[in-house]
Amino acid sequence: MPTPLVVSDVAKSFTMHLRDGIKLPVVAGVSFSIRAGECTVLGGPSGAGKSSILKMLYGNYAVDEGQIIVNHEDGLIDLANASPRTVLAVRRQTIGYVSQFLRTVPRVSALDVVAEPLVERGENRETARGKARALLAQLNLPEKLWALPPATFSGGEQQRVNIARGFITEHPILLLDEPTASLDATNRDVVIELIAAKKAAGVALLGIFHDHDVREAVADRIIDVTAFAPGKLAA
Amino acid sequence: MTDEPLLRVSALSKFYGSRVGCDNVSFDLWPGEVLAVVGESGSGKTTLLNCLSTRLLPSSGTASYRMRDGQFRELYRMSEAERRFLMRTDWGFVHQNPADGLRMTVSAGANVGERLMAVGDRHYGKIRATAVDWLSRVEIEEDRIDDEPRAFSGGMRQRLQIARNLVTGPRLVFMDEPTGGLDVSVQARLLDLLRGLVTDLGLAAIVVTHDLAVARLLSQRMMVMKDGRVVESGLTDRVLDDPRAPYTQLLVSSILQV
Repeated sequence: MPTPLVVSDVAKSFTMHLRDGIKLPVVAGVSFSIRAGECTVLGGPSGAGKSSILKMLYGNYAVDEGQIIVNHEDGLIDLANASPRTVLAVRRQTIGYVSQFLRTVPRVSALDVVAEPLVERGENRETARGKARALLAQLNLPEKLWALPPATFSGGEQQRVNIARGFITEHPILLLDEPTASLDATNRDVVIELIAAKKAAGVALLGIFHDHDVREAVADRIIDVTAFAPGKLAA
Repeated sequence: MTDEPLLRVSALSKFYGSRVGCDNVSFDLWPGEVLAVVGESGSGKTTLLNCLSTRLLPSSGTASYRMRDGQFRELYRMSEAERRFLMRTDWGFVHQNPADGLRMTVSAGANVGERLMAVGDRHYGKIRATAVDWLSRVEIEEDRIDDEPRAFSGGMRQRLQIARNLVTGPRLVFMDEPTGGLDVSVQARLLDLLRGLVTDLGLAAIVVTHDLAVARLLSQRMMVMKDGRVVESGLTDRVLDDPRAPYTQLLVSSILQV
């Protein structure tokens, strides 16, 4: 089986045109791969570029240089140069993402927010809702909230909706941007269990976890992102 | 999912004398895709929409549309009658001002039924039943079916206009500022409705808006226009999260946070 995701020599900077065009380099020379059935963790202090790397892998950020090769539907695709339509197909079938914050849509219930990625993959709506219920129950989200739009939920409640939405599908690659940041200990443990189940199912996970205990519990490998600091490349 | 686009646009330009309407716009649109065209007033986005929907003829460039038989047809070489037929059956056009897209002096039911009759439906009972069904899908109560849109609120008129456009099962819908001029609560309801309909029906849509939040919610792809030209295009969340063009950065940084 090919490696699910290979990143090679990726560089990213921001050009701030409203600030006289100053260029802010974020990362350079990013090279690593992730393996099926493992959870790889991006480590390093805030501002090192961990989230930027995840966003490039998901297509939210453009890539200046390098390649991001993903194994998508039995073919290899370079996400760094893929068309929007290809990126959308990769998101639908291959790469899932749990963002730090839930982007809420007015009037859509928490249950449907969670079920949506499955429906997009062609699952029957009622089956998808059934799975959504099971996940929300596992994450201890009170049942009385399921029919409500998550806009007014607390941070921890929104995050659990977001986690359920990310974990409901069977994407072979799953990106996690601090999924446990605002969770209590009980729910952190649920997330650790969910991650373990994904690993057992052969999913390749790549995550950012500031919580030391969670990182200890889930990480198979830690990649130190400070090695990709833009200045280091010359050395 | 088919591998062929629904619409292919190549080097489309429209000049008003020496003034630029839109300049050298090219893109492909696939079935089920929603493309947002953003930019401020005068950026050429409405000119582009009017050219694409053949309400205006471009000065140069081509646009071909994949008909239901799978054949691509060059839009600007069709006869007026063929274009009108396409407009009535396979396309929809949602105007910013519902009065431009509705007949204000006939009933809500007739506004929806008229499009059905245009595609050859003649059975009154069936037309009325379909109209009732569509009114309920856009959340208009059945007992308003015989009222004229003049008696409707702005939000209701806009929902009626959407029903009128979608009743014939179009494959491509053009929308010009569909939520412009509505209260935010009404906007949210309309956006949610549009989002659901577009997903359920697998519609392709081109939505012109100056509201980046509307674009974020409705579209997967985005084109940013300035002075008639496309200054940036790509995946909607990429353009909004990592804007590259100076003008896009200005637009994104100008959004008010609540």
